[in-house]
Amino acid sequence: MCLAVPARVVEVHADGGGVVELGGVRQDIRLDLVPDAAVGEFVVVHVGFALARLDVAETERTLALVAAQRDEAP
Amino acid sequence: MRYVEAFASPAVVGPALAELRRALAPGRRYRLMEFCGGHTHALYRSGLIDLLPAEIAMVHGPGCPVCVLPAGPITAAIDLLERDASVVVATYADLMRVPAGRDSFAAARDRGLDVRPVHGPSEAYALAVAAPERRVVFVAIGFETTTPPTALVVQRAAREGRRNFFVYGQHLQSGAAIDHLLAAVAGGRLQLDGLVGPGHVALVVGAGFFAPFAAKGRLPIVVSGFAPFDLVRALTLLVRQVNAGRAEVEVAYDRAVTWDGNRAAQAAIDDVFEPRPRSVWRGLGELAGGSLRLRPAYRAWDAEHAFELRPVAASDHAHCLCPSILLGERAPLDCTLFGRACTPARPLGPCMVSAEGACAAVFHAGRHLLQRAGAARTESPCAPSR
Repeated sequence: MCLAVPARVVEVHADGGGVVELGGVRQDIRLDLVPDAAVGEFVVVHVGFALARLDVAETERTLALVAAQRDEAP
Repeated sequence: MRYVEAFASPAVVGPALAELRRALAPGRRYRLMEFCGGHTHALYRSGLIDLLPAEIAMVHGPGCPVCVLPAGPITAAIDLLERDASVVVATYADLMRVPAGRDSFAAARDRGLDVRPVHGPSEAYALAVAAPERRVVFVAIGFETTTPPTALVVQRAAREGRRNFFVYGQHLQSGAAIDHLLAAVAGGRLQLDGLVGPGHVALVVGAGFFAPFAAKGRLPIVVSGFAPFDLVRALTLLVRQVNAGRAEVEVAYDRAVTWDGNRAAQAAIDDVFEPRPRSVWRGLGELAGGSLRLRPAYRAWDAEHAFELRPVAASDHAHCLCPSILLGERAPLDCTLFGRACTPARPLGPCMVSAEGACAAVFHAGRHLLQRAGAARTESPCAPSR
């Protein structure tokens, strides 16, 4: 019930609807709750509704941090 | 898929686990609960549960909406189907096999009643649009994650004047369950050092929502995502808080969770729903403000009002341990029914159903087979080893 997945926005419609893509599969969803979401961004989708935008900069920062730790590790 | 797979890869999770081990205080043990059933499944499905240091015992929490939903509303909806052939019940597939006494939505469908599993409220609404002569009742369950979508579809029904769509509102509030856990900790019935907060609930309510609980219960809370990396990071932050004697809210899911959450989603919930004065949760008993019903302004779309639904209590299987499993008092393998009389294909209790039930998580990971082969590590951090 509370499972959700990050998916890339590929279409934004004027009526609050849109299309996302995840692993090559496209799905119609509602974007009413993340009205700023733009094509190319990632959103977290839940029972057919986007609930949040994924902060790509933050994501890359986290991954870079881990990579740095790994390189420092003995 | 970068943002899914990267956080599960050994190259990322390995160093995070090393950091977790370094954070442990010598000789100290940690009992940490993952509130959310989605986290329970993530721990088992990824195999992470076996990679955690032995000093950390994970206690599975009550965050499984189909597990804590009492049988009464299911029985009431099936009764409605029996007496009114114009009605279609639509609900999440997770709820189909949840036992209600000797019945379930799946059994009702097998004997010809019109129950449709749907992926969400929009799909239920589409059924009503496609069949104007039918009356579609969406049995709406879930925590704050699924509540805003239901609210938006109710608002749409009102806007479009759709009179053959109804919602049977059974949405739950995670705050009431956390309060219940804190009371169990305060009363000595449950020992906990920290809580892994539900990441997707937090998308809606915000990480700040958990701050009063951390302060009141003197319990560290770290909101986590669902990838193995997120969970290991959350446990590391919890361990550091425990060591330092802190009880704060931190976020191990920065890429999605904000402190304030999704204001539009919160506003939609508040517009459509209000807390019930009292509600009964399976396993947890009566919780004040634990569940939501539609506000009087949306009464025309409220199935409870339109069809005078009165949930009747149905008894659960006498040997089912689900009530104590939901509270973290017992573990799935403590149950005599587990994997024998009770399996995901024929569940006797709600914890064996669903992508969030703790018994289903343990079963799908094949733990009972390992146990029978004598190879399982101590599965239950709560019960004495057998």
